[in-house]
Amino acid sequence: MSRRIGLLEGLTVLIAVLTVANLYMGLVYARDPVNLQTEVTRKAQHIFYYHMGMNVMAGLGLTTNFVAGILYLITRRRFWDVVARSAAEIGVIFGVAVLATGSLWARPTWNTWWTWDPRLTTATITVLLYVAYHMLRNAVEDPNRRARFAAVYGTFAYISVPITFMSIRWWRSIHPTVFGNNPDAQGGFALGPTIRTAFFFSMGTFVVVFITFLLLRVRLGLTEERLAEVREAVMVRLSRGAEVEPVREGGV
Amino acid sequence: MKFWQAVWAIFWKDVRAEFRTKDIFTGMFVFALLAVLIFNFAFELRVSNVRQVLPGVIWVAVVFAGMLGLNRSFILEVDRGNIEGLLLAPLDRSAIYFGKMLGNLVFMLAVEVVLLPILVVLFNVNVLQPAILLVVGLGTLGFAIVGTVFAAIAVNTRAREVLLPVLLLPVMVPVLVSAVKASANLLDGAPLAEQAMWLRLLVVFDIIFLAVSYMTFDYVLEE
Amino acid sequence: MIEVRGLIKRFGYTVVLGGVSLTVPTGQTVVLLGPNGAGKTTLLRILATLLRPTMGEVYIHGEDAVRRPERVRHLLGYVSHQALVYPDLTAMENLHFYARLYGLPEASRRVQEMLEVVGLARRAHDLVRTFSRGMVQRLTIARALLHNPPVLLLDEPDTGLDPQAAAMLVKLLREVAQAGRTVLFTTHNLTRGVDFADRVLILAGGRIVVDRPATSLDVAQLSRLYARAAAQEGA
Repeated sequence: MSRRIGLLEGLTVLIAVLTVANLYMGLVYARDPVNLQTEVTRKAQHIFYYHMGMNVMAGLGLTTNFVAGILYLITRRRFWDVVARSAAEIGVIFGVAVLATGSLWARPTWNTWWTWDPRLTTATITVLLYVAYHMLRNAVEDPNRRARFAAVYGTFAYISVPITFMSIRWWRSIHPTVFGNNPDAQGGFALGPTIRTAFFFSMGTFVVVFITFLLLRVRLGLTEERLAEVREAVMVRLSRGAEVEPVREGGV
Repeated sequence: MKFWQAVWAIFWKDVRAEFRTKDIFTGMFVFALLAVLIFNFAFELRVSNVRQVLPGVIWVAVVFAGMLGLNRSFILEVDRGNIEGLLLAPLDRSAIYFGKMLGNLVFMLAVEVVLLPILVVLFNVNVLQPAILLVVGLGTLGFAIVGTVFAAIAVNTRAREVLLPVLLLPVMVPVLVSAVKASANLLDGAPLAEQAMWLRLLVVFDIIFLAVSYMTFDYVLEE
Repeated sequence: MIEVRGLIKRFGYTVVLGGVSLTVPTGQTVVLLGPNGAGKTTLLRILATLLRPTMGEVYIHGEDAVRRPERVRHLLGYVSHQALVYPDLTAMENLHFYARLYGLPEASRRVQEMLEVVGLARRAHDLVRTFSRGMVQRLTIARALLHNPPVLLLDEPDTGLDPQAAAMLVKLLREVAQAGRTVLFTTHNLTRGVDFADRVLILAGGRIVVDRPATSLDVAQLSRLYARAAAQEGA
């Protein structure tokens, strides 16, 4: 246990350093893209490093949720339910952040905060799906039933993740692709050498941030489960005032 | 063989009880009709060409009416504990799924069969074309496929009726979008061949959803 | 034959069954007593394959009821507090429905037979909605016996019945038990329990605290044992 705390503390310091470095890389080190028309769009493009990074985090979160949900159904270990729930929380929070940063970027580039573009629409629906996922969790008392229902719903909800990813390729969209070509895209930019470096640095940073957040949240979740178990055992002891099944060491 | 016998028994049991009470059909149908009438008042001042909004009207009415039926179908099983009678029987859980799903599908189709001719009269637009009916059928099938699983989930939660639309609608979006797009284009007189992409999407999602439902329904019912 | 080993069931974090082991030989009738919340219903529901145990093993006639529940379901007849019949179908239709779910051959003959056994033949074509509580309970028992299961699990089958209906129920159950079935039932009526069973179990706080042959007990002794078990649990 103590070794894992050491690792998490190290990671927490690391992501603080990486995040500051990532701000420098995206805002200062990376040059403005050459093929954009106006000064404003060239400056606005720098939000890309964070928009895309948060998108990767959200994607990792939802994918982890899907995999952990299936692992829960197979193994019935509460650990996987804690992982699934933690990952879905990261997915929703960073999904909202992706929509927000996208909206900020859209204003100078597309001249609007919002448009019902296929990519934007599918991304919004995906975020709503995982809001519904959390509503479902909150509406079920029994922890095992909650875990089962959540895993089943997560399986259906995840279908929307590849749809969101492919939406640019399937339907006409003005949303740019980083790699590959979208003839309808507005605000796409060429990858210069500094842009490329800053992009990969940002991706790496957000992956480490994701792993750290997930580990922290899972640890918190396991502690919550353990606390609920102890509280329940105490309640039983108080109500019966007699011999009680001792709570198993190690919890879940 | 025994599997389909059980599916049929569950389906037929629901149909027979519904014939006696007509609770589900009446509720769904009256709701759908009211939805259409309200749309009619809401649009009549603003929209010059009803064709443009009619597909949306149809699907909103069908989807929300369908939600009523889905809720009802599982409340009937769960509130009296009858679902346990099904769970005690020596049959595959998916037989329960297919039985309930078929019932939900047929109730929704029954509402549509009555509702669509009324729309023709009210809006003077011929929606009774084979191609449009095909799209409506495929969309309704997708709705029943996913809705049956989620109704079984929602009925076992604290929020129940409130939760079903929140769970169901975002998952149904691919089916709904394809169905609305295809029926709108067909209503505009586009030939069926040009709608291949939307139809393919509808069929693909029906199949994906059916597969996922079949694989996960056991976990919904087990305790 | 029912074999239960080391059965533990937790709901969330609450321990409902804390290690129950039990063997019921074929043909024995066992009454399961205990205060509310002792875990009687949970135990019966696990035996009926409606609940998965957290830990432990259950074998019905040698088949693993936890891992392969689909293999034991046709061996079990289960009666609970709930009727498990549909009010908008007739008595006949209800039984026909279950006959089809169990894949019974000669369903019509068997349904007719069961309706006569429970004395509902004359009301066969009436909606269950119009039945009295006692009639519904008789139909429920007909439903549970329809597929002629060798093991019967009855969870308070006498609750909410008027004396007349209860007497009819006892008569019916006695016939059923004499047919060589293994019967495990719960009741709050101690007299009926000790009268009817070969063996008495008292469950308290998720454990079996008393296990005696019924012949060794009279109702007064049983009441004392029961009171002590209930007091131990603090319920």
